[in-house]
Amino acid sequence: MLQVIEGQGRGAAPPPLNAALAARWLEAFLRDEICERRSIGRAVVGLSGGVDSAVTAFLCARALGPENVHAIRMPYAASSPSSLTDARSVVEALGIAERTIEITAAVDGYLQFEPDADARRRGNVMARVRMLVLFDQSAKLDALPVGTGNKTERLLGYFTWHADDTPPVNPLGDLFKTQVWELARYLGVPQALVDKAPSADLEADQTDEGDLGITYARADAILAQLLVGYSDAQLIERGFAADDVRLVRRRVEGTHWKRHLPTTAMLTNTAINEFYLRPVDF
Amino acid sequence: MEPLGSAGSGACPFDVAVVQTKPRKGRYRENLDALCEVFAQIGERPTDLVVLPEAALTGYFLEGAVYELALAADNFAADLARAWCGVNGGRAVDIACGFYENFEGTYYNSAVYLRVEGTAAHVLHVHRKLFLPTYGVFDEERFLSRGRRLQTFETRLGRTAMLICEDIWHSIVPTVAAVKGARLLIVPSAAPGRGVESGDELASVVRWRSILQSTAAEHGVYIVYAGLAGFEGGKGMTGSSCVIDPWGGIVVAAPLLGAFVLRAQIDPREIDLARATLPLLGDLRAVLPDLLLDEELPIPRGGRDAAGH
Repeated sequence: MLQVIEGQGRGAAPPPLNAALAARWLEAFLRDEICERRSIGRAVVGLSGGVDSAVTAFLCARALGPENVHAIRMPYAASSPSSLTDARSVVEALGIAERTIEITAAVDGYLQFEPDADARRRGNVMARVRMLVLFDQSAKLDALPVGTGNKTERLLGYFTWHADDTPPVNPLGDLFKTQVWELARYLGVPQALVDKAPSADLEADQTDEGDLGITYARADAILAQLLVGYSDAQLIERGFAADDVRLVRRRVEGTHWKRHLPTTAMLTNTAINEFYLRPVDF
Repeated sequence: MEPLGSAGSGACPFDVAVVQTKPRKGRYRENLDALCEVFAQIGERPTDLVVLPEAALTGYFLEGAVYELALAADNFAADLARAWCGVNGGRAVDIACGFYENFEGTYYNSAVYLRVEGTAAHVLHVHRKLFLPTYGVFDEERFLSRGRRLQTFETRLGRTAMLICEDIWHSIVPTVAAVKGARLLIVPSAAPGRGVESGDELASVVRWRSILQSTAAEHGVYIVYAGLAGFEGGKGMTGSSCVIDPWGGIVVAAPLLGAFVLRAQIDPREIDLARATLPLLGDLRAVLPDLLLDEELPIPRGGRDAAGH
């Protein structure tokens, strides 16, 4: 009898990452985009206490030097105190400048006229106020706002349009959440941030995975193969649960609009981005 | 013309410099000025051939701006010759460089090979990219026309062919070039990097190197690969310029990030040795007609006219 060696399929594991290689690539990206192309040399990062913004701050510090990175903590009254503590641990680990700007008064200043606003609307208002603060601080500090959104939340539409996705450069937008965790471990992000359950931190005990109805590990494994072009039937054949596949597909296909600029009516032969085509860095 | 690197015994080694450029998008004159400094650096030691990447002085992703920056081949060659002569006087050199070409209102992704003598630029060949990637992140054929011919051409360094980027991914293209006598393949390229899942290098860089090394070893040719560097709107060009010998070995290679000058000696005698040791090209010459005349191949038998060309 000969020994039989079985070929291994792609399986249902989330996509791996060579974190060292990715870090080196992203540092070069940040230097090129911020220093060389825009001649700015400084970055401002909104630190939430979560792993995405922590990884972004670590990358910026490595790319630009910690003296050129400004962290802004923007808590709302209902934010978890542990978020502030976790954000502080990133600041201390990197030795970067930090400022805490409470957004409660600004958020409540508007929401007092909308007392019936539900959690989703309140969360969107907070996200948009945070972006207002971040951009104003960028003008004050002469520093470029750097985005922190990852590929999973972009694909699932789990972000506030024209808020979280607004900064002009984003190093993590093509990395799945599970890959961001890998990168965090490699970069030495404080362990508490890597281990804790991701949360938008709008309500007590809220978690991303609870909101989404699927774990990031399962979602990323499905997304990685769905984007290549595998059908739902093929994904189920590969071992994914049908309910998970349907959930991910529905979220991706229902949120294309959030990954684009606003839809503009075309009337001429010179419509911007339709006929008048110039790359962003031209 | 006295050949330095022609086939057979007595061919002389020659020196090549590969310039891995990191241009500022769309700033042709500024990038040309920067190239003068690089030319001055190269001129400190004699060199016979300077090779630059695809879209070396404009950046690659130009979209509609390609029409503003495309140049006639003669004008582009004259700019390169002026840049060389401005810092190196009348020292002769050959230069190969990728650029966007405006040929009487038709636009191509091209590479020019010129001989600079005195202050004159003699254009020996212009290759127009055959395979215009138009999928995924690429959109070349929306703005450019395809080249339709693959020609080899004689230089004082030996018979040469230029293949631009995707051209060499189709193994038939370097095969045809080698069968037509090319001993040196010049490959200007602009390759956006991707693939960080596993391995120590970007998957796209590994794939590129595999193609270059297997192509060189299969046909017994030198390959000079000049890769564009720098990020363009989030897409990082992977540099990784290199010179591959006819055994498939790496003579010299640049990192994937940043601007560099590579220098190497190309010894045409290695080609003869490699081909004698592994005579795949000779074998192919014998069998190629049988392969191409196979009636099952979807090739119009009435020549180019029958194909609508």
